[in-house]
Amino acid sequence: MSEPVLVVEDLRVQLDTPRGNARIVNGLSYSVAPGETVAVVGESGSGKSVSVMALLGLLPKRARVTGSARFRGRDLLTMRERELRAVRGDGVGMVFQDPMTSLNPVLTIGRQLTEGLLAHRKVSGKREARERAAQLLADVGLPDPRGALDRFPHELSGGMRQRVVIATALAGDPALLIADEATTALDVTVQAQILDLVARLQDEHRTGVVWITHDLGVVAGVADRVLVMYGGRCVEDGTVDDVFERPAHPYTQGLLGSLPQLHDGGAGGSRELVAIGGTPPPPTDLPPGCVFWPRCPVRGDERCATEQPPLTPVGPRDGAGAGSSAVPHRAATFYDAARGAGEVGS
Amino acid sequence: MTALALRRALQSVVVLLGVSVVVFALVHLVDGDPVRLALGTRFDQETYEALRERAGLDQPLVVQYLQWISSAVTGDLGVSFRSGEPVTALILERLPATLSLAGASILVALLIAVPLGTASALRPRSVVDAAGTVLSQIGISVPEFWMGIMLILLFAGTLGWFPAGGYVPLSEDPLQWARSLVLPAVTTGLVSGSVLTRFTRSSVLEALGAEHVRTARAKGLGARAVLNWHVLRNALLPLVTVTGVQLAYLLSGVVVVEIVFAWPGLGQLALQAVQARDYPVLQGAVLLFAFVFLLVNLVVDLLYSKLDPRISA
Repeated sequence: MSEPVLVVEDLRVQLDTPRGNARIVNGLSYSVAPGETVAVVGESGSGKSVSVMALLGLLPKRARVTGSARFRGRDLLTMRERELRAVRGDGVGMVFQDPMTSLNPVLTIGRQLTEGLLAHRKVSGKREARERAAQLLADVGLPDPRGALDRFPHELSGGMRQRVVIATALAGDPALLIADEATTALDVTVQAQILDLVARLQDEHRTGVVWITHDLGVVAGVADRVLVMYGGRCVEDGTVDDVFERPAHPYTQGLLGSLPQLHDGGAGGSRELVAIGGTPPPPTDLPPGCVFWPRCPVRGDERCATEQPPLTPVGPRDGAGAGSSAVPHRAATFYDAARGAGEVGS
Repeated sequence: MTALALRRALQSVVVLLGVSVVVFALVHLVDGDPVRLALGTRFDQETYEALRERAGLDQPLVVQYLQWISSAVTGDLGVSFRSGEPVTALILERLPATLSLAGASILVALLIAVPLGTASALRPRSVVDAAGTVLSQIGISVPEFWMGIMLILLFAGTLGWFPAGGYVPLSEDPLQWARSLVLPAVTTGLVSGSVLTRFTRSSVLEALGAEHVRTARAKGLGARAVLNWHVLRNALLPLVTVTGVQLAYLLSGVVVVEIVFAWPGLGQLALQAVQARDYPVLQGAVLLFAFVFLLVNLVVDLLYSKLDPRISA
């Protein structure tokens, strides 16, 4: 496997709020290889968006970001604003959630596409910038790309706008693309088109992708690896197959259990949806042990209440699929919940 | 664009007609008889009747209105009861002074409001923001006449930099025109500027929070490009509206400031007309104010449709 484009280690984000010190991201580590898609999943407030905004220095100045995030070997978190600006939109492209609001309503599509190209001196002048912008719009499958340059965002549909946003993010031919809930605001058919589009462009350019979402269906569709976030921590990571087939953390199990399935076979007929009881803890008041402990239906080990369970490899289960992947399957537990409580620890 | 302009212009005409009815009715409902007032101690019944007849005041109100409005559309607003001069001439005579003052005031206001409001919004709760808030609160709450008098005391009295009052037409002496304009323009400009500063601050703050600003930053644009094209460009939209309202207010005569600075503007003309129950002048002035207000609003609307592509014809 080639050198990863992004290596995040022990990323932490804290913010002073009127209610106290909010610990929003608490020690997140992952890496993204060229051409690989890493999905970060979690419910709202789990810190997933903040964790990627922190990488590019897009958080408010009062946010305290620690740890390291090496992009092509250079730490983004210690860069000056000027160096970061050179990375944004060039080495790293970003797609945001809502295409209705992430484009400036009073500027033409062409202007919004070319300004990034011009800022990074990717092109020699405005004429070439327009050429390149039209090409980008054609790449993302926008009909009449040349005509679209002179149109305003409100003249395009949501799906078309998101294509424009993606074109903007890809303008610098980035090594890393961060998609923050990029398809959440779109309807399902458009979502599928956008997912295909990103997969195709990713294949062509060997772009590493960090896909932030709360939609497990999207994860299954696009990701090579999954990172499950809860309360600002990674509670489980591994390949999509490992995590979806053998979820080892009670939170992941709960998340998958709350997902409706069309083909719920078996003699028992249709399965009831299981909601996870309770709500996530506020980031100003995290429990001392496992962040999921207050809501945990398993509570397989007493230590979870007082100690933070480290990410530990999930043992192979009856030899099935063990060691088939280079990506380890890990979960932040003292036990293997897939096998039943207490077995690993005892 | 032209369709929008035409539609809005037609609407304005209708509104103006409505306003003319209200103006006419109000003026004639004001207590006091202009002829009796004009005659004063020389009152005798015969002259009184004769004068009333000559002014057309013996006619029914509806007839008076129709006569007034039909000549008003041709630009003839009647003749002043007091001086016998045509109202249109009286208004035109005052117009340059009012236009000068309004234009200069709005310039002062914007020169204060845009930098101060933007700086405040960029650093909320900073020293600049606190200072901006305090200053604009003072600007809004201090009465104009007092501010005017203080400025006269300091800059005309103690320092002697500018004249204490009076208006010099631009055509006569551009330099003296500018000098005579400074103090009254600063007085009204400070008040309008205070309102606009608060407004600029909130629009810029709102624009700063928009998601497309984050997109712009994520593109790798410099701070200045983000501010100019993705924050200020968007904050401009609401600012144009409020500036228009302020300008319309300034154009319809700032009576108090005109009196403090002996400024021969439309506000003074209207005030004198009220005092003398000079119906034709008062009607003409108020109708003009309504016209100016509609015109400014029309221009603002058209400007808005230029600035915001979402508003289409």
